[in-house]
Amino acid sequence: MIVSIASGKGGTGKTTVATNLAQSVGFGVQLLDCDVEEPNAHLFINPSFEGSQTVFLPVPEVDEDRCTYCGKCAEICQFKAIAVVAQNVLVFDDLCHSCGGCWEICPESAIQEGRRELGIIQKGRSNGIEFIHGRLRVGEAMSPPLIKMVRAFQDFNKLTIIDAPPGTSCPVIAAMKDTDFVLLVTEPTPFGLHDLKLAVGAAQMLDIPMGLVINRSDLGDDRVREYARQEGLPILMEIPFDRRVAEAYSKGEMLVEVMPRWKDRFLALYDKIRHLSSQQTQNTKNQTRKTKHRP
Amino acid sequence: MKELIVISGKGGTGKTSLIAAFASLAENKVLCDADVDAADLHLILDPHGLSRADFKSGHTAHIDTNKCTECGLCLDLCRFDAISDDFKVNPIDCEGCGVCVHFCLEKAIDFPENTCGEWFISGTRLGPLVHARLGIAEENSGKLVTLVRQESKRLADEKKLGLILTDGPPGVGCPVIASIGGASDVLIVAEPTLSGIHDMERVVQLAKHFKVPAMVCVNKFDLNPDLTGDIENFAGDEGLTCLGRIPFDPSVTQAMVKGQTIIEYNKESQAGHAVQDIWHTLSKKLVL
Repeated sequence: MIVSIASGKGGTGKTTVATNLAQSVGFGVQLLDCDVEEPNAHLFINPSFEGSQTVFLPVPEVDEDRCTYCGKCAEICQFKAIAVVAQNVLVFDDLCHSCGGCWEICPESAIQEGRRELGIIQKGRSNGIEFIHGRLRVGEAMSPPLIKMVRAFQDFNKLTIIDAPPGTSCPVIAAMKDTDFVLLVTEPTPFGLHDLKLAVGAAQMLDIPMGLVINRSDLGDDRVREYARQEGLPILMEIPFDRRVAEAYSKGEMLVEVMPRWKDRFLALYDKIRHLSSQQTQNTKNQTRKTKHRP
Repeated sequence: MKELIVISGKGGTGKTSLIAAFASLAENKVLCDADVDAADLHLILDPHGLSRADFKSGHTAHIDTNKCTECGLCLDLCRFDAISDDFKVNPIDCEGCGVCVHFCLEKAIDFPENTCGEWFISGTRLGPLVHARLGIAEENSGKLVTLVRQESKRLADEKKLGLILTDGPPGVGCPVIASIGGASDVLIVAEPTLSGIHDMERVVQLAKHFKVPAMVCVNKFDLNPDLTGDIENFAGDEGLTCLGRIPFDPSVTQAMVKGQTIIEYNKESQAGHAVQDIWHTLSKKLVL
């Protein structure tokens, strides 16, 4: 099963929930930190890394001896990553989406695949947890390709927990897509609620079952709970604000370490997720059956 | 004209609450929400719309099944696995590169432009606001950020306002790069946690990479005074100005719930005082 942990708003506690859930279930868990712009889960899990792999995206490399400056590459490129100016071909690596259009179209086969560094992927282990994260190169704009590369390590025999980036645009979709359950971590504030609605929209668009965790549940107001009721979104856990927890978090300590009673709560959360996602699978199967039997 | 962008690396460190407080304290400014992916500033500023426009950017392929001969060339060429075996394009996976459109032998693939969001110029009690909403799952957030920044500049020019206060997005990727490029000043809001420091270091690197001058302030500093010291030392070593510290104060959340800035809600609160001190130093620094 793959569970993605998302939020819309940043700083609501995605990493707290992802790491504590992983730590509580323990052996046989795979934790993928897909917040590649700002990966933080390793600060809590403290894995011993078994090396690091630099990853690249293909970008065009022009052989000027062969190039006739016909301009077809610049014409097909939707991203203005290649331009032909008089007797010059300019390649803007940073803008390239690696679609391959220019090297497919070049009549002189003058374009080869060069590469641009995207970032690194690191793998490690800690307490029976297999940990993998991506770190986007600072200055690199595109995180979805790196997120997809991290997700390529998904082990379908394990419980995979994905720590997603904030927001609702392409990086979040890359982290959330094709997961079995989305756990949305929110806070009961106007910002939390507003961004939660966007995240719910994203999960609905991808047709993934979801549930909520309300963090700092006693700071703010009741509008998130009201919204959850109206939308029929199950609230699976509430974590009240506790200054000791906030201070422990600041030092990289986990909730389940500071207050061991939380371990059972995270295990109960895992049970609820399993139950809800299997229920959903059952519903989908029933629906498919119904559709098939429709005259 | 001065353009101050507030960023943080890590999400939820208090960018929007801080920029809203500055909006209460600054005069003659345009407000800009460049966190187009999850824009929240309008929740405090309660804008009344003056104008709205669609944001169009990029294209998505669409296969006309009547013309398609299912030759499979597009499937081979697509590097984003966006075309299914039964020749349907999944718009979520389509990168909009147009390679399939160009090479299709039957010219069976349309390539309409996407409407991927909307943007607004609004009036608020604290001044004009330029903001936007990127559609869910859409791309091109960087271009929308660039657009709201350009519109803010145009508006500031037109109204002869000397300052733009911009709420930036979290992270270090595409929308953040679009937010800070060419800005006159960047303020990084850090929090004294291991995650906060880790993320601040990356965003400081990013500002350096794009040669944008950056300043730092620490929010919720009292949750870990030691790490607050570490942040300030790091900033000092990097040659960045530290503007001050804001304590953890539940009034900030209470203000947000009321739809007010901390200055409007209670300027005598601890956080209110701290923000006023920071603004005092900052406005001298920006020579307002």
